[in-house]
Amino acid sequence: MANGNTVAENFYHQSTNKHKGILSWLLTVDHKRIGLMYLISVLTFFVVGIIIGLLMRLELIAPGKQLMEAQTYNSLFTLHGVIMIFLFIIPGLPAVFGNFFLPIQIGARDVAFPRLNLLSWYVYVVGAILALVSLFLPGGPIDTGWTFYVPYSVRSTTNVSLAIFAAFILGFSSILTGINFVTTTHRLRAPGMSFFKMPLFVWATYATAWIQIIATPVVGITILLVMIERAFGVGIFDPALGGDPILFQHLFWIYSHPAVYIMILPAMGVVSEIIPTFSRRTIFGYRAIAMSSLAIAFVGYLVWAHHMFTSGMSDTARWIFSLLTFIVALPSGVKVFNWVATMYKGSIDPKPPFLWVMNFIFLFSIGGLTGLVLGSLATDIHVHDTYFVVAHFHYVMFGGTGTIFFAALHYWFPKMFGRMYNDKLARIAVALYFIGFNMLYFPKFILGYMGMPRRYYDYLPQFEPLQRISTVGSWILAGTIFLIIGYLFHALVKGKKATSNPWGGVTLEWHIPSPPPLENFKEIPTVTHEPYDFSQLKEMKNE
Amino acid sequence: MENHTKSHHPGYSTYFFVWLALLAFTSITVTVAGISLGKYTMLVALGIAAIKSALVINIFMHIKFEEKIFKVFLALSFFTLLIIFILTSFDIIYR
Repeated sequence: MANGNTVAENFYHQSTNKHKGILSWLLTVDHKRIGLMYLISVLTFFVVGIIIGLLMRLELIAPGKQLMEAQTYNSLFTLHGVIMIFLFIIPGLPAVFGNFFLPIQIGARDVAFPRLNLLSWYVYVVGAILALVSLFLPGGPIDTGWTFYVPYSVRSTTNVSLAIFAAFILGFSSILTGINFVTTTHRLRAPGMSFFKMPLFVWATYATAWIQIIATPVVGITILLVMIERAFGVGIFDPALGGDPILFQHLFWIYSHPAVYIMILPAMGVVSEIIPTFSRRTIFGYRAIAMSSLAIAFVGYLVWAHHMFTSGMSDTARWIFSLLTFIVALPSGVKVFNWVATMYKGSIDPKPPFLWVMNFIFLFSIGGLTGLVLGSLATDIHVHDTYFVVAHFHYVMFGGTGTIFFAALHYWFPKMFGRMYNDKLARIAVALYFIGFNMLYFPKFILGYMGMPRRYYDYLPQFEPLQRISTVGSWILAGTIFLIIGYLFHALVKGKKATSNPWGGVTLEWHIPSPPPLENFKEIPTVTHEPYDFSQLKEMKNE
Repeated sequence: MENHTKSHHPGYSTYFFVWLALLAFTSITVTVAGISLGKYTMLVALGIAAIKSALVINIFMHIKFEEKIFKVFLALSFFTLLIIFILTSFDIIYR
């Protein structure tokens, strides 16, 4: 099954086209290079999002005006949301690590449609540029919040149309990636790799791809309707024109709730890769985890209106959606219990990627459990639109997907770049991240419970101590992220060379050299083992 | 992609008649929009739209001549859409 480490050349030195230098990247159809181009793009926007977040936290360090006007603050929280969601978290794991590792993990040379893959990156870049252009045109940056709720988004004089059109374009990038991954998974699996021999990251990315294909068009249509309403005054959503504003919320969340699973499912897939590798034990409940990915993807479609409990929606709809929301906790629970069971009696090696996953389980569990508070009708009325929601969202999305983005980066970094990073710094970063994260976001649960509304520029004096703790936390967290970026860059240049299998993993990416050659495999492997069968390690060492 | 070599493509005449049918349904939609049908207006409009999309999907998009797996996935997508409609109606009807 394995390919030896004899290939001296790797994909950095081999191009899919005749060009050299930057053009060999910009015109490449190699899934690994496209994955890295996505990595650079999403990291750039991530840093921009962080800087905006830091500015907002600095403004909130004390009551009253500190740095900026209220209108600037409105634009900043909108931009922070739009950038972090549409430009970082949604493409973060599927487009970066899915692109790089999905074909390798199923034993393919590339994705099914390599050119479409490159197109998806260009579409992403065009969408991102349009979003940036909207900041500088007359009218000013969008100030509606990332949810673009009507009727305000129809009436706001800021550049709403262009900014949401950017989100529309970005949706196409997401759909193209989804189509590619579904087709690749169905068509290009290596001989012997049945669906139930696929690594769980592939299962998770596959389930995600279906959501990308089916749910994204809904938000596309919704955005077009808002643009039509703004341009021509057609009464679709604005009640003043005879429209229904709650219809907008339905349509928006029919996409945006499944989008939450676009963000978290691949992260869960990464967890299912890292835990067996560092526990030296086959995954517990393989089929249950694989099926729970599909179950989450499906049930994720049925819970959208839990974002709308206080919108004026009917009572019948409210209790139905509350009930369905509790059901989606079941497949998530299946995953967490199986991960923990995998570690039981395992030979645990707490290397940095594993520590990141432990960070994830802790933070994501807090995010998940506080989600139940929001999913219950009675308690939601108390804490809706407060900092409680902000805290919950950040624990799930940043503590969940964001943390796993770093876990994946630390796990696959040696494979992607052929270099090792500083182990001690990586451990310090995990600890600092944990402290900074909880300092930044946990006070928001308490503030929200006390009644601090979200998206407010100013606050009452009694909220000041917790707001201040939160701001100091933002410095620790941002400092840690810059530390991580710093030592990873250092490792790129001066890191020790990585072997083909530094962690003792057994999925197919650990059978090929680091970094992988162009087209990944000299010969397409024939898969004979289960995906997490660690008895292969001996064979792999002999090879 | 062996299914492409196996698949049966309809002739130009079929495409032409389907196109005519689509035009006819469009004119029916426009005509019906001018007649007051009360609570059935929406039902009639959706019914005509469903027939039109069935024609496009089956003939122009070749789903009728494709492997079963394509039909299964298409059915799954429609099923999801149907559930979304039903769940939204719990708000619209009971509001």
